[in-house]
Amino acid sequence: MTAALRIEGITVDYGSLRALDGVNLDLVQNTTLGLVGESGSGKSTLARVIAGLVRPDAGRLELGGRPLTRRRSRPQRKSVQMVFQNPDASLNPRLTVRQMLSEALLFHRIVPRNLVLARCRELMSRVRMEPDALGRFPHELSGGQRQRIALARAISVEPSLLIADEPTSALDVSVQLDILELFRSLKSEFRLTVLFISHDLGVIHAVSDVVAVMKQGMLVEVSPRDRFFAGPQTEYGRQLLASVPRMPEIPPRGTGHGMKGNR
Amino acid sequence: MIGRSPRPPLRPSGGRPKTPPLWIGCSMLVLLAVPAILAPWITPYAPGQQNLSATLLPPSRGHWLGTDQLGRDLLTRILYAARTDLSVMVLAQIIPVCTGVFLGMVAGYFGRGIDAAVTLFTDTVIAFPFYLTVIIVAFLSGSGQRGIYVTFALVGWVVYARVVRGLSATFRQQDWIAAARTLGYPDLRILLRHLLPNVLPQAIVVLMTDMAALLVAIVTLGYLGIGIMPPTPDWGTMIADGRPFLSTKWWLSALPGLAVVYTGIALSLIGDGLADRIRRT
Amino acid sequence: MSGPASIDVEGLELSARSGRKLVTDVGFRTYPGETLGLVGESGSGKSLTLRAILGLLPPGVIQTGGRVERRGRCAMVFQDPVRALPPLSPVAALLTEVVRCNRQSTREAARREAMELLASLGLPDSLRREDRYPHELSGGQCQRVVIALALARRPDVLLCDEPTTALDVTVQKQILGVLERLQRELGFGMILVTHNLAVAASLCPRLAVLKEGRVVEHGTTATLLRNPSHPYLRMLIRSVLPLPRLEGGRHP
Repeated sequence: MTAALRIEGITVDYGSLRALDGVNLDLVQNTTLGLVGESGSGKSTLARVIAGLVRPDAGRLELGGRPLTRRRSRPQRKSVQMVFQNPDASLNPRLTVRQMLSEALLFHRIVPRNLVLARCRELMSRVRMEPDALGRFPHELSGGQRQRIALARAISVEPSLLIADEPTSALDVSVQLDILELFRSLKSEFRLTVLFISHDLGVIHAVSDVVAVMKQGMLVEVSPRDRFFAGPQTEYGRQLLASVPRMPEIPPRGTGHGMKGNR
Repeated sequence: MIGRSPRPPLRPSGGRPKTPPLWIGCSMLVLLAVPAILAPWITPYAPGQQNLSATLLPPSRGHWLGTDQLGRDLLTRILYAARTDLSVMVLAQIIPVCTGVFLGMVAGYFGRGIDAAVTLFTDTVIAFPFYLTVIIVAFLSGSGQRGIYVTFALVGWVVYARVVRGLSATFRQQDWIAAARTLGYPDLRILLRHLLPNVLPQAIVVLMTDMAALLVAIVTLGYLGIGIMPPTPDWGTMIADGRPFLSTKWWLSALPGLAVVYTGIALSLIGDGLADRIRRT
Repeated sequence: MSGPASIDVEGLELSARSGRKLVTDVGFRTYPGETLGLVGESGSGKSLTLRAILGLLPPGVIQTGGRVERRGRCAMVFQDPVRALPPLSPVAALLTEVVRCNRQSTREAARREAMELLASLGLPDSLRREDRYPHELSGGQCQRVVIALALARRPDVLLCDEPTTALDVTVQKQILGVLERLQRELGFGMILVTHNLAVAASLCPRLAVLKEGRVVEHGTTATLLRNPSHPYLRMLIRSVLPLPRLEGGRHP
C-alpha cells in the first residue's frame, strides 16, 4: 500500500520554543492514525503544518507521492481537510449552513451550480442531520450539530486526507459516541485517510488503526493499535495508558466490596 | 434529528429579543428625517424667505416656532438645516468608513509587517487634532462642505481602523478562518466574504457614535463661521445668528441646539441597540 | 454514617432571573469523611448545585426553593486552576496570607504552616526561596496551590468543581492521587463534581447523577454500576470508552 502521507523531519520553532522537533511519520492510505499527546506535545501544530496553515522551518511533506508545500494548488488544497476542536469557533457565525457548504462546493467546482442544493441535502444526510438545518446559523445549533456541519464541510470537497483535531473533546459524552461512529462510517464510505488527534486514549482506541504518541514536540512511539494497548513500548506510553481513569471492577453481588472506599 | 438550541446565556433582561433602545432611536431619527426630506413640499415658507415686518416673533399659528431676526420661519429653517447637516454627516463618513475598515482588516488579518505599518500610520494620523486640521484644510481649500469632507476623509478613518484591526486579529485566530484557509480560499475572498460580514456590525455601532460626534463638529464649525456657509441653512450658523438675542429670544439658538442633541441621542440609542443585538447572537 | 450530616441539601431549586428552572428538587446528604460524586453533562446543574452549597451563585441565578444546611467549614477547588488564582499574587505569599487570616496567627507561624502545606501537596521546595506567580507555574502546580488554599481553611468538606478537567491526563492522575491521600490523612469529606463517570466512580463510593437539573440516580457506586436502572445512567456507562487491560494483569 502506498503511503498516503509522508512526513519527514518536520521542525517548527516559535521563537525559542521548539514546537516540533524533526517529526517523521507515515500514514497509510485508508487507515486512521490516532495521534495522542498531552498539552505541549505539538500534535495540533503538526496538524496545522499538514493542513498548510503553518509553515515548517525544516522538513518536507509528501501526499500521494507529490511534495506538499505551503503554497498549494487548488487540487492539493482540496485533498487535505480539517475538523477543529472548538465547535463554538469552527463555523463562520454570519453564514448559514447552506451558504457555507455551497461556497465550498462551487469554489472547488465539485458540482455544477444547479446541483448544489441537492448535494448540500445529500451531505446533510451523510452526517445524519435534517435538511432543514441548511437554513440555520451556527448559533442556532448545538455543539454536536456544529461538529457534524464542520465534518460535512470537510468532506464536501472530497478530500483524500482528513485531519481531526480533538473533534469530540468539547462535546458531551452522550454526543461523543455518535460523532465517533460518524467518523468511522464516513471514513469507509469515502475511503479517507484520517489523522485523528486526541488526548483521550479511550477515543484513540475507538477510532484508530495505528497509534502514534507525541511528547514535547517529538514522536515517541508508533504502533498498531492493539499492540499499543496490549503493552506500550515506551515508558511514556505506559505512563499515559496507566493514567486513564477507569471504571472500577464491580464484583457480582455477594462477594463483598471490591472497591476502595475511604472509610 | 434537530436538537434543541444550545443553552442560551443568562440574560439579565429576561430574554426578550426586542431592543427598546434600537426602536426608540430609529423612531426618533425617522421623526426628524422624514419631515426633513419632505421639507420642500410640506413647508409653507422657503428657508431664505425674509419678512422684515415679522422679525423675532414668538411661536404662533402662522409660525409654529416663531421667526428669526430676518423674519424667516424657524421651523422651516430647522428642517432645511437638518437636510444639510444630516446629509453631510452621512456623506462625509463614506470614505473614512471604507478606508478605515479596509486598513483595519488588512492589518489585523495579515499581522506582522503590514500590521506594524498600518499601526504606525494610524498612530501618526491620530496625533493631528481634528479642529486644527479642519481649519488648515478650510484655509487651503475654502470653507464650506468641501473642507469637512476632505478633513474627515483624511483623519476620520482612524477609529474604524483601530476597532476593525482588533476584531480582525481576534477572528484570525479562530478556527473558522483556519477552515476557510484550509479550503483553499484566497486571502482576498476570505477578507471580503468571510471577515468583512463579521466585522461590519461592530463597525456600524462605532459609526453611530462617530456620526454623532461628526454632527457636533459640523455644527461647531458652522457656529465658528468656517463650516457650512450661509445661505445654506445649518444649525451651527443658526445658533450663531441667535447669539445676540440669547437673553430675550433664547429659542433662536436653543431650538437648533436641541435638534443637535436630539439627533445625537437618537444615534446613540441606535448604536446601543445594535451593540446589544450583536452581543446576543 | 456517624452523627449529623455535614452537608444536607433538600429540594433545592435554582432559577434564572427569567424564571427558567436550572435545578429542580435536588437533594442529598454527605456525612463527615464521606466522598460523594456529582456526575452530569453540561447543563445538568451540577456546578450550580455546588455553588449553591457555598452560597456562591453566579449573578442572575437565585435559589427559589429548598434548603441547604452546612455543618462545618467548606472550601472549594475550581476547574481552571490558573484563572482561580489572582494573577498578581505570588503563590506562597498568597497562601501565607490565607493561613494567617484563618488562623489568626503570627506571620512567622503562618508562613511555616503555608510551607508545610505546599510540601504536603508536592510543590517544590524552591518556592520557599523564590516565590512564583501563577502564570509561571504549570497547570498541575496551580491546581495544587488551589487545593492548598482550600485546605488552609481546614475544611470539613472539600467541594471540587471539575478539578482535573483542564489538566493533562497524567497530571490528572497525580492530582486525584493527592486528593485521595490528603483525604485519608486529614479526614475531610468531599463532593466531587465531574462529567467523567470513570473519575467519579473510581474515587467516590457514592454517586448522584444529574440530568437537566434533576437527580436521576442516587446511591452507592457499586449498586449503581451493577444495576443501573435509569436509561441516562446506562447511556453514561456505555459512553465510557473501553480500554483493554494491559498485558500481564492490572496496570501499574
